[in-house]
Amino acid sequence: MINKVVSGAEEAIKDISDGATLMLGGFGLCGIPENCINALVNKQVKNLICISNNAGVDDFGIGLMLKQRQVKKMISSYVGENAEFERQLLSGELEVDLIPQGTLATRCLAAGYGMPAIFTPAGVGTEVAEGKEIRNFGGKDYLMEYAFDADFAIVKAWKGDTAGNLIFRSTSRNFNPVMAMAGKITIAEVEELVEAGELDPDYIHTPGIYVHRIFQGKDYEKRIEQRTVRKVQ
Amino acid sequence: MSFSKEEIAQRIAKEIKDGYYVNLGIGIPTLVANYIPEGINVVLQSENGLLGMGPFPFDGEEDADLINAGKQTITTLPGSSIFDSAMSFGMIRAQKVDLTILGAMEVSENGDIANWKIPGKMVKGMGGAMDLVASAKNIIVAMQHINKAGESKLLPKCTLPLTGVKCIKKIVTELAVLDILPEGGFKLLERAPGVSIDFIKQSTAGKLIVEGEIPEMRLD
Repeated sequence: MINKVVSGAEEAIKDISDGATLMLGGFGLCGIPENCINALVNKQVKNLICISNNAGVDDFGIGLMLKQRQVKKMISSYVGENAEFERQLLSGELEVDLIPQGTLATRCLAAGYGMPAIFTPAGVGTEVAEGKEIRNFGGKDYLMEYAFDADFAIVKAWKGDTAGNLIFRSTSRNFNPVMAMAGKITIAEVEELVEAGELDPDYIHTPGIYVHRIFQGKDYEKRIEQRTVRKVQ
Repeated sequence: MSFSKEEIAQRIAKEIKDGYYVNLGIGIPTLVANYIPEGINVVLQSENGLLGMGPFPFDGEEDADLINAGKQTITTLPGSSIFDSAMSFGMIRAQKVDLTILGAMEVSENGDIANWKIPGKMVKGMGGAMDLVASAKNIIVAMQHINKAGESKLLPKCTLPLTGVKCIKKIVTELAVLDILPEGGFKLLERAPGVSIDFIKQSTAGKLIVEGEIPEMRLD
């Protein structure tokens, strides 16, 4: 068995350098790789291209990297929760490529499945379609969208084993499995790391072949973006 | 009298049929969940990767790992399932979701929708809206018929950047229920209680088609 365990976030990201293209899992603040983001902030790598559904909030998640101006370009579907992001975007310090959420996910999937491109109806007839090839199948137009090409994918899972197999918990799964498949090098941080053999092979979400480095993260904050509750009747 | 947001949601809930899988957008569409008729089995899809979305958790039972597409803490229900974002949009694209309810800033008489971007304002992104409108077979738009200045948002042609083209077939506003005909035009089906057809005509910049008696919207 190939052992993929590294000591922690610092070691896991040690060869991420300026200008790298990174995928970062998560939806909003749910299921984001907190440990690796903090390590990237400490390492102060710059000019990063970040593919992530959202851009964090001002003081958490990718927002921490934005604050230090480590990000050159964000590729996201929705970035509305971050004032510093807005400031950098309006001042021209930051580039942003907004793409439909399903297109974002499926471009990850295509990369992980070894397919160079996908056809999707999302964005046909809108500014998203500008400059893109359109093909008609069965009387309906589809845009050709390319598979992503990312140097690193950084994901967060609930459990993982020393062989790199991953299990996600609840809706913190979101983009994590498809990004895990899509990176040239995939780094997984997990809440609980166990020995190979302890996870039931039938319940693995991401097979270890897609994961190159794994470690047990620490001090997860798991911040809630919109705390909504109902009253006890 | 024009309908409140809650009443728009209540009227839309009547369109939901037993056995439907439904995706609810943010805003008025989210309120629809509160008015699903009793005895009807509906499964709510949340595009961040959940089928079977339940109500908000009780205070103290929030789970940071369990949220909806609006990033709100929620719960699951018996029969729920969790999946990744690619599969979530896969089931949307493959038209497994029976009904999509979303908001709009503008809709045109040929069924175009604009709901993601206002030039000159900070653009937050389209999220899943473009995927949903491009693929869903059955979309109901919940929107305001007129803006605060009294200007119509049901137009001959959208002025804002589009989210999707020729995809909207039904609209529920504070004033009316309307279908968009395949050949173009807003066909008036129902009006809010006490709202005159003349007022709806004045409030609709696009082509309005009125045929026969137009009943008042009922919520029961």
